[in-house]
Amino acid sequence: MSSLMHQGRATYAFFERNWNLTRRYWGWELVWLVYNIVNAMSVTYIGLSAQLITGVKINTNFFILYLLIGTAVWSYLSVTFDGVTDIINMERWEGTIEYTFMAPISRFTHMIGSCMYAVVHGLLFTILQLLIVGVFFHIDLSHANFVTAIVILLLGSISFIGFGIATAVLPLLYTEKGMQMSFIVRAVILLVSGVYYPVEALPQWMHPIAYASPATYVIEGLRAALMRNQPIWSPEILSYIWPLLLTGIISIPVGIYIFGIAERYAKKTGKLKRNG
Amino acid sequence: MAINVDIQPAVPVVNDDTKDAVVIDSLTKIFKKSRPLLRWHKKNAGQKEEKREVRAVDNVTITIKRREIVGILGSNGSGKSTLIRILSTLLIPDSGHVSIFGYDVVKNDRTVQRLINRVSVEASFFKKLSPMENLIYAARLYNMPGDEARLEIRRILGRLGIKPDRIGAPLENMSRGMQQKVAIARAFLTAPIVLLLDEPTTGLDPRSKNDVQTFVRELRDEHDATILITTHDMDEAEALCDRVAIIDQGRIVALGDALALKRAVTGIMGRSEMVTMHEVFMHYTAAHLITETDIERYGSWEKAFEAFEAQREDDEE
Repeated sequence: MSSLMHQGRATYAFFERNWNLTRRYWGWELVWLVYNIVNAMSVTYIGLSAQLITGVKINTNFFILYLLIGTAVWSYLSVTFDGVTDIINMERWEGTIEYTFMAPISRFTHMIGSCMYAVVHGLLFTILQLLIVGVFFHIDLSHANFVTAIVILLLGSISFIGFGIATAVLPLLYTEKGMQMSFIVRAVILLVSGVYYPVEALPQWMHPIAYASPATYVIEGLRAALMRNQPIWSPEILSYIWPLLLTGIISIPVGIYIFGIAERYAKKTGKLKRNG
Repeated sequence: MAINVDIQPAVPVVNDDTKDAVVIDSLTKIFKKSRPLLRWHKKNAGQKEEKREVRAVDNVTITIKRREIVGILGSNGSGKSTLIRILSTLLIPDSGHVSIFGYDVVKNDRTVQRLINRVSVEASFFKKLSPMENLIYAARLYNMPGDEARLEIRRILGRLGIKPDRIGAPLENMSRGMQQKVAIARAFLTAPIVLLLDEPTTGLDPRSKNDVQTFVRELRDEHDATILITTHDMDEAEALCDRVAIIDQGRIVALGDALALKRAVTGIMGRSEMVTMHEVFMHYTAAHLITETDIERYGSWEKAFEAFEAQREDDEE
């Protein structure tokens, strides 16, 4: 009981610390929000101008919503993924990594506390972005099922936390360039997950990679929820839920296991020491 | 002044009075420098392999008793911080064993972490956060309830001379010395029974140094803490420590109470007046341990020292 209480306090410590950091770096949060909104608008304008570009009459509203969901989900996954990989990046930057690693808490508690904040932060950030961009393009969300959308997003977050924890190994082991290396993982997920185009558009050999990415199911699930009003119990949504559950159940323990191996290696080679 | 922080560990930690607080046995830690991607010369491969290895801690053995304050003196790069990091569970040794109250720092790392805390030479904090925000975070990691932690934080920071109006302001606006005091407060907050201080007073003004030294003594006297402190400040070592270990190139070259070490070196140097700790340090960290025969050969300790230093420089070239 005492141990549970301790791990609970430690989980809250990470949540509270990250919230305090967000408050103190509010200017950066604002810049990042504007950047994401501008990015989302740039992509969504492709949908708005598709008729002008091709000269063919198409359902512009459908295309806009299709792309907008892609940008919103991508923004959410990026913010969440950044939050998770920042577990190490930020501590290296601030020089606090050794103090966190010598605290008497399990690595699971460390990761879960940081990830919980990343999910909440990512959700709030994306809802704000979606509202602002949605107003700009007068999006028709009359066919949207928001409950399904939130369930899919949360389930997707679990998988992404696992991927993020495994990716956090890169800044742990590669002090100078680890953070940039984690961008590669994100870029591959962006390429294969059908964020702005259907997965079927990819060459055949990429399909297995696409179906291994949880982002593929999150995006397809959200499109089904927001564009076609699919309830959670519909066969289509269930077909996205079970792969998300499966990748979530597998990726978190695997991520923590990989991180544990990397931590031991870092402690053997003295890689925890260098900051910045 | 007592620091009463009740930490309830998950598994009751047996803090046996009869056991030695810290036992370091034949401890060695070697760091390997990374190989260059392209190697042009293959001559003297064995010698180069050796140069790529840095023997940071070399077969160190020392036992520290409960409530003892032991100072580790050594030049930059002599292995002091590596030793502290191993005790802090942040480094895994290559060979040898370290136990804290009978718990192995590698096998029982979580239990050891409940018993220790550390202050490093850099005050490592989230600089945008305030001292209160940083310390509340640390306190929660060590299972302290928020309300209790807030009271303790105010009390300890006040004791270290930090004004109440600075407690809520970002740390980045504080001087290095003030930040170091907050780092010391973080370690005291969790009421460790073994406190590892890695040059804690570097950069502090004399009054602040004094505050910290008083606080360290109080932690030992009223909380029964065992303290291992590394320092470059010979006066501090002499004033604070029950015993002093001098470490050079990863090895402990002298160990004893300050007075005994001074007497021994005074005898070797053939002085009538007692030597200083500074001279003790220079003697034991010289390029070559100077014996009475060396002194006879070169005429004085100083001349022997200069001769060996010159020889070391030649060897390094």
